[in-house]
Amino acid sequence: MGSWWRRSSAIAHHMRSFPKVDLRRTAAQIHQAGSSWSNPFQSDKTLTPRSFPCNKAFLFSVERFKFTVAGKQLDSRHDDDDDEQALDFPGGKVPYTSEMTFISGSFDQRIPCYRVLDDDGELIRDSDFEKVNKELAVKMYSNMVTLQMMDTLFYEAQRQGRISFYITSFGEEAINIASAAALSKDDIVLPQYREPGVLLWRGFTLQEFANQCFGNKGDGGKGRQMPVHYGSRKHNVVTVSSPIATQLPQAAGMAYSLKMDKKDACAVAFIGDGGTSEGDFHAGVNFAAVMEAPIIFVCRNNGWAISTPISEQFRSDGIVVKGPAYGIPSIRVDGTDALAVYGAIHAARNMAISEQRPVLVETLAYRVGHHSTSDDSTKYRPLEEIEYWKIDRNPVKRFRKWVEINGWWSERDEAQLRSSIKKQLLQAIQVAEKTEKPPLTELFADVYDLPPSNLLEQEKQLRETINKYPQDFPSDVSV
Amino acid sequence: MKLEMGTGTALRNIIGRRFGHGWKRPFSTATCDVENQHSANANTNAKSINLYSAINQALHIALETDPRAFVFGEDVSFGGVFRCTTGLADRFGKTRVFNTPLCEQGIVGFGIGLAAMGNRAIAEIQFADYIYPAFDQIVNEAAKFRYRSGNQFNCGGLTIRAPYGAVGHGGHYHSQSPEAFFCHVPGIKVVIPRSPMQAKGLLLSCIRDPNPVVFFEPKWLYRLAVGEVPEHDYMLPLSEAEVIRKGSDITLVGWGAQLSIMEQACIDAEKDGISCELIDLKTLIPWDKETVEASVRKTGRVLISHEAPVTGGFGAEISASIVERCFLRLEAPVARVCGLDTPFPLVFEPFYMPTKNKILDTIKATVNY
Repeated sequence: MGSWWRRSSAIAHHMRSFPKVDLRRTAAQIHQAGSSWSNPFQSDKTLTPRSFPCNKAFLFSVERFKFTVAGKQLDSRHDDDDDEQALDFPGGKVPYTSEMTFISGSFDQRIPCYRVLDDDGELIRDSDFEKVNKELAVKMYSNMVTLQMMDTLFYEAQRQGRISFYITSFGEEAINIASAAALSKDDIVLPQYREPGVLLWRGFTLQEFANQCFGNKGDGGKGRQMPVHYGSRKHNVVTVSSPIATQLPQAAGMAYSLKMDKKDACAVAFIGDGGTSEGDFHAGVNFAAVMEAPIIFVCRNNGWAISTPISEQFRSDGIVVKGPAYGIPSIRVDGTDALAVYGAIHAARNMAISEQRPVLVETLAYRVGHHSTSDDSTKYRPLEEIEYWKIDRNPVKRFRKWVEINGWWSERDEAQLRSSIKKQLLQAIQVAEKTEKPPLTELFADVYDLPPSNLLEQEKQLRETINKYPQDFPSDVSV
Repeated sequence: MKLEMGTGTALRNIIGRRFGHGWKRPFSTATCDVENQHSANANTNAKSINLYSAINQALHIALETDPRAFVFGEDVSFGGVFRCTTGLADRFGKTRVFNTPLCEQGIVGFGIGLAAMGNRAIAEIQFADYIYPAFDQIVNEAAKFRYRSGNQFNCGGLTIRAPYGAVGHGGHYHSQSPEAFFCHVPGIKVVIPRSPMQAKGLLLSCIRDPNPVVFFEPKWLYRLAVGEVPEHDYMLPLSEAEVIRKGSDITLVGWGAQLSIMEQACIDAEKDGISCELIDLKTLIPWDKETVEASVRKTGRVLISHEAPVTGGFGAEISASIVERCFLRLEAPVARVCGLDTPFPLVFEPFYMPTKNKILDTIKATVNY
């Protein structure tokens, strides 16, 4: 076994749970992993608060037709003679064995997650990480703060009855901003719904966010959808739709188009842990793999799908282990570590584009906020747990520490930033609230490229009704 | 442009001709051609070909005229289970014509993405019976893509093709007519051709229409319907119904393969002195109410026929609309002669189907109301 490992034994300890295996040697070595069925979700409903392994980053690229060996190798008596025994089947040569063994449903160890900053915001020694200069770091940090503040104020606005609905991204600021920072503006992004930070990074203004939430005539979506269903062609972010995971096969199609055009760009599709249970997840990743489409699938594993914890969502070791099942290189990242997310997404992007293939990135985090303004998560999880993640594992605070350690940020900068953002946000909300809704014609436009006769007729009838009963209709929509 | 046809295709054409430009359908007496002969321009070359060849021609033209057009779906690469995609992969390459994994929601989702980037995505669903996994992508995504984005994005370049309808031995899962489900979805178009010549022109229109379209192809007609099809690139308008037989006593409305059955009923009815007007709806949504109404205003009677089960079928929409708008002109209730409210049966198919005689009886009952 030693001849396989090209890394130090310390890392081999971690590697053992998920090694790459040379096809010719697998004949003797496929067997069941010990007796321990390691179920990472045994008793607790939450991700236990412990730090993830801090070793070097692993990028597991499992090529098609290679086997993975679960657990330790038991038997070394099979020699090289067996290596030549292989069978031809559709799909290629496959070694065979007379030893009946099952690949275990799980590995001895969970896939480690890549992290670069420790809980105190200090760089972990000997980290593999991508350097970020002052300008970028400050921009990232400012955007994370802005996102956090926007969420706070807009959530409040909903509570005050000023907007009908809102979704926050608390706890996932690093995922939002750092991933956006690692992409180029030509990369087409397909969000699920908890990634407004990508739009923010790309220049969507606070006023534009507010306009969409208020559904006024400044909304690019023309007031047709619920709040937080943002989209902007200008910023290369496809409009959010409520159905979960539908964007994944669409992203594969978009990536394929980029591939055809030989663009230096990729598609980036976001999904939550819950969304990976949808059929469209399987459809999307499988199509992307078969079509060799340049796409990054970013799974925000924040532990919760509304009230459903991940222990009730899947039995696998999260989402990272699903990538290889489709032939997709995958990585698990500490989603609360902005530098780690930045580095991983950047590397994933390079891989996706230069190798023209999909890459899967699982970011681990905790959904600090409620699912949405229609949810009260204290109903299904302890307040202490929420507070722990909000305070002790706060990605914004952690990144701030690193930025400050570098001497790039001060308390004064913080105060100035917060005061300015708060003003802008309050103004954006005020302006959006006072702005008229889109005119009635926008109800009928864009169903098709041009309205068909049935819609023209319905509009005519509706207008007659409005004239007759104006009191039935809201006055902020001009008819 | 010359379409290379293999020996198999040529043979089928000959067989088609032996039946006299028409085709035989078990349990009916259809022998005549319902093809409307008006379109053949003296100057254009037209060849007598069957439905799948006509569709094949349309696809060749679509890919030839638009370098951003793609054809994909299960088994399309070798030519498809109905040979509609023959020759495309060889001619245009496997980056533009390719097999997909066996996953309808993936096929349509992928197609939406491709179309959203400005391409013409021509997706094939192997049988309309298997379109349901893609229903979410069609209804919640494709149909609303433009609207929900405020027209910043659209997937108008998407066309979904699927064979539908009875085939004599298809049973539950190779015979369905699911058009009604899709007619209830604002934002998409549903188009059904009745013949090879219509299919080529309508399919090209669907592909080039800037809205997502579901194009149901009557599989029964793939080989058996043979007609003159101009070889050039031509398009037929969507949302325009066509009066394919003029009459004065009763209006019949239908689409796809059912029209030929209805045509036989019209011919028989004529022997009894009943003059029937027959309309091919062609586009089911948005549908051409004006043409149907104009006809009903003339005849005062209307009969709708479709293979799909009667309850909740698209005939109900037509009926309700006609009654709303032509109530005082109607001399009799709107009649529907449709499939039964059962899953599509195998052995009982002849009993299930809206046959010529069922239609004929209903024509007489309506006229004698």
